[in-house]
Amino acid sequence: MFNSTTFLAILPEILILVVAMLILVAEPFWKAEQRRNVGWLTAGGLFAVMIISLLFGRPGDPITVLGGMVRFDWLGFFFKMLFLFAGAATSLLLMDNDRVGHRGEAYLLLLASLLGMDLMAASADLVMLYLAIETTSIPLYILSGFMLADEHSTEAGFKYLLFGAMSSAVMLYGFSLLFGFAGTTNIYELKTVLAAGPNTLVMVLGIIFLLLVGLGFKVSVVPFHFWAPDVYQGAPTPVAGFLSTASKAAGFAVLTRLFFVAFPGFSQSWTLIFAVIATVTMTVGNLLALPQTNVKRLLAYSSIAHAGYVMIGVVSFSVLGAASVVFYLAAYIVTNLLAFGIVMAVSRIIGSDDVKDYSGLSRRNPGLALMMLAAFLSLAGMPPFGGFVAKVFVFAAGVQAGYVWLVIVGILNSIIGVYYYLNVMKYVYLFRMPNEDEEKHPVPLTRPYTIALVILALGVILVGTLFAPWFSWSDMAAMNLF
Amino acid sequence: MNFPVLSVITFTPMVAAAIMLLMPADKKNETRGVALASATFALLLSFWVYFSYDTAAAGYQFVEKYNWLPALGISLHFGVDGMSTPLVLLTGVVMFTGVLISWGDDDKHVMAGIQDRPREFFAFLFILASGVFGVFVSLDLFMLFFFYEIAVFPMYLLIAIWGWVQTREYAAMKLTLYLFIGSVVSLVGALVMYWTNFQNTGVLTFDMTVLENAGFSQTFQYIWFLPVFLGFAVLGGIWPFHNWSPDGHVAAPTAVSMFHAGVLMKLGAFAALRVGIMLLPEGAKQWSWLIMIFAGVAVVYGAYIAFVQKDLKYMIGFSSVSHMGLVMLGFSTLNEAGLTGAGVQMFSHGVMTALFFAITGMIYDRSHTRQIPELGGMSRIMPFAAIGFIIGGLVSMGMPGFSGFVAEFPIFMGVWGAQWMVAVIASISIVITAAYIMRNIRQVFFAKMPEKLEGHITDVTMLDKVAIVTLCGFMIVIGLYPRFMVPLVSTGVENILRLLGGA
Repeated sequence: MFNSTTFLAILPEILILVVAMLILVAEPFWKAEQRRNVGWLTAGGLFAVMIISLLFGRPGDPITVLGGMVRFDWLGFFFKMLFLFAGAATSLLLMDNDRVGHRGEAYLLLLASLLGMDLMAASADLVMLYLAIETTSIPLYILSGFMLADEHSTEAGFKYLLFGAMSSAVMLYGFSLLFGFAGTTNIYELKTVLAAGPNTLVMVLGIIFLLLVGLGFKVSVVPFHFWAPDVYQGAPTPVAGFLSTASKAAGFAVLTRLFFVAFPGFSQSWTLIFAVIATVTMTVGNLLALPQTNVKRLLAYSSIAHAGYVMIGVVSFSVLGAASVVFYLAAYIVTNLLAFGIVMAVSRIIGSDDVKDYSGLSRRNPGLALMMLAAFLSLAGMPPFGGFVAKVFVFAAGVQAGYVWLVIVGILNSIIGVYYYLNVMKYVYLFRMPNEDEEKHPVPLTRPYTIALVILALGVILVGTLFAPWFSWSDMAAMNLF
Repeated sequence: MNFPVLSVITFTPMVAAAIMLLMPADKKNETRGVALASATFALLLSFWVYFSYDTAAAGYQFVEKYNWLPALGISLHFGVDGMSTPLVLLTGVVMFTGVLISWGDDDKHVMAGIQDRPREFFAFLFILASGVFGVFVSLDLFMLFFFYEIAVFPMYLLIAIWGWVQTREYAAMKLTLYLFIGSVVSLVGALVMYWTNFQNTGVLTFDMTVLENAGFSQTFQYIWFLPVFLGFAVLGGIWPFHNWSPDGHVAAPTAVSMFHAGVLMKLGAFAALRVGIMLLPEGAKQWSWLIMIFAGVAVVYGAYIAFVQKDLKYMIGFSSVSHMGLVMLGFSTLNEAGLTGAGVQMFSHGVMTALFFAITGMIYDRSHTRQIPELGGMSRIMPFAAIGFIIGGLVSMGMPGFSGFVAEFPIFMGVWGAQWMVAVIASISIVITAAYIMRNIRQVFFAKMPEKLEGHITDVTMLDKVAIVTLCGFMIVIGLYPRFMVPLVSTGVENILRLLGGA
């Protein structure tokens, strides 16, 4: 049962475990004040995992290994690479966080949740899927409440835990019903069983609803989004960045695989439900982002809105739709990590997340301001940054599937987006500090920030200009669903 | 494979912007040097394209095609025809003169040009220029949108950061939202075209040379022409979506106003022509009456509003609405004379309005007011600017011997052929234009200089003079020797007429 293909299928996960053990061993050897160096080790390790997996662990034809538990295909693989990238960037961004960066456990928890995400993207069985989701979530609960002395952080951790446990329980109920009706937990077998059996639409819709509660929480779509702004604001910023990118993408990886593979026969019903959810999510996310004065909360609502745009791709239920979902998530992960990274670097110096305190940033550190411009314009969907191409692909998929109205809703929403993203840039570029003495208040970057932010900024531009390789990977991933 | 001149032109400003952003902030003059060098380079190349375009062969020339994303039929497909070649040259000219105007000498007490963060200013301006070049040369619908958006967003920063303090935030946001809404509405139309073509032919392509011959059904064209055309025409300043434009002109710094009125508005008109009329010709035939009404209103109404303005920049801003209305009017005729006139008018108006804004900027930098009644006697101190403004004024009025006549006469001829009533009404604008231009020249340049300005006004700089001469040169050359441009534009028009079915 355990042959070389099996080994390759879970190669990234094995290597992540190796890195985690390395950290455990190495951490005590560093003196307390040098312990942030664990971040270099984590980032370097994850980067190496990525390279090794890309060189040796690329999937061929999709196969199911480990007794039907794990699927070895491009969809899972591409997501794994994205998570590894996000994990490496996040650990760099963690390093100079005053309250988290020097704690080795933080990196270990990050790796644990990364392991869970990798499995989420590859699970072919409901049991495995549930395990993976919990492996992802529990370390994130801890990380959100990591700053014990800070009551916002404690609140964030606790809130995230309660919401997460609740929705995961509801989803588990859905899984059990599904098993009860179909007699199998394998996603790929569910498809045939559901297609053949005398299943009423009502029953399947009920199950779909239960599943949606759990997955909707993970990807933070309305109406399961209430936790997001509070948790993002309270959690350590690198963790918030990780939550809003990798964790959300993992949710979408599961969502697309589960719905595209297991419920294609009921697509007419669930695409309609998703279309409604997408509409509400985009609109609520963007409208609530408008009045925000805290950058982290603004990014939280904007990330809710982005989940709505991705939903358009899911609603399309086509190869292009799935490919655009994957592509969008890739662009979004890079962009949003950049945005959160900048927020971290800035708030470390100015000690505030208030948009007002970003006044004069372009004079205090022009390079940082420029990267922030790239991140926010990409979020707003402007070329030559990743967000533009991603949006066009999602909209193209929507139009192809005949959802022109949904695309128009999406477009109206991205106009609202342009307004509030540019509004932040107005503070950065236009307004000045109260005494106009920006030269005396530079915003220096430490080395880990510089490396992470420059890589991410280049990534945002690369995704937006040379999009062919990323799209063909997304396309290969999407093919695996049909 | 020949020298890929179009992609070099398109990416030169982008590369220059990247280089400038990597330079240290305090090297202001070095930054300006890079800006001027790359602008000159782009100008020379666009001259080369202009003069080596083979009017006998017509069609798309200097074509380059690189597969960008074959899976979706996106390619980097560049090429110019008779319509876009003059516009590429126009962009080169405006970019070059724009850099000269905003040089900004630190030593003088005159606050001319850009002194605050010139590095960022030129970088954003050049990114915008790249986008503009890209739209004019793109033959791929996806890339056209790509460059179109690149041309739109730096505008926000350029206006909001370096603009006129009193209205810049408002104007910049208004402009960005108007243009963004317009472009995304067109984008939906473009995506629908893309998929409809796929359904009909089974070919996934954004290539406009293919989509031109897609043969979309009558009803399809009837439904989608208006969103696509008007979405782009917002940037062309068509009435009733022109509202952003004068506000934007006024708030923008001089070089950006030049770019904005000189080139960006052409971008909208050009894209409306290329995507709206050329891809959906049947729709254009059905809706030309509505475009004609909108454009006719813009022509007269714009001129009248310009007439009552007290602010020099608002006056030019509304005169731009009026003149761009003439371009749209030319489009709406869908006949040879009208389209040719519109093509020349795009170039002529671009050069003229860039000149107007440049001179207005020079005056404002020295007098710190743009209120027409508070100005006077400028010709005594800055004769160069006065002569330039007068030449621009004559172009604006459509005097024979200047490019304005070469452009406007065919437009009116074409409109007469299509709907003589509109021609009669629209020609009122010429009278109004003459009135406000004359009045302004008298007041600003020849009336007695107000006491408080006496002694504060200095002559324009050498760089300003070079810019004025360059811009005036084009207007006179085209006016005296229309063969400089008209045959070129007609080859482009022929292609449009072919798509319209020889109408």
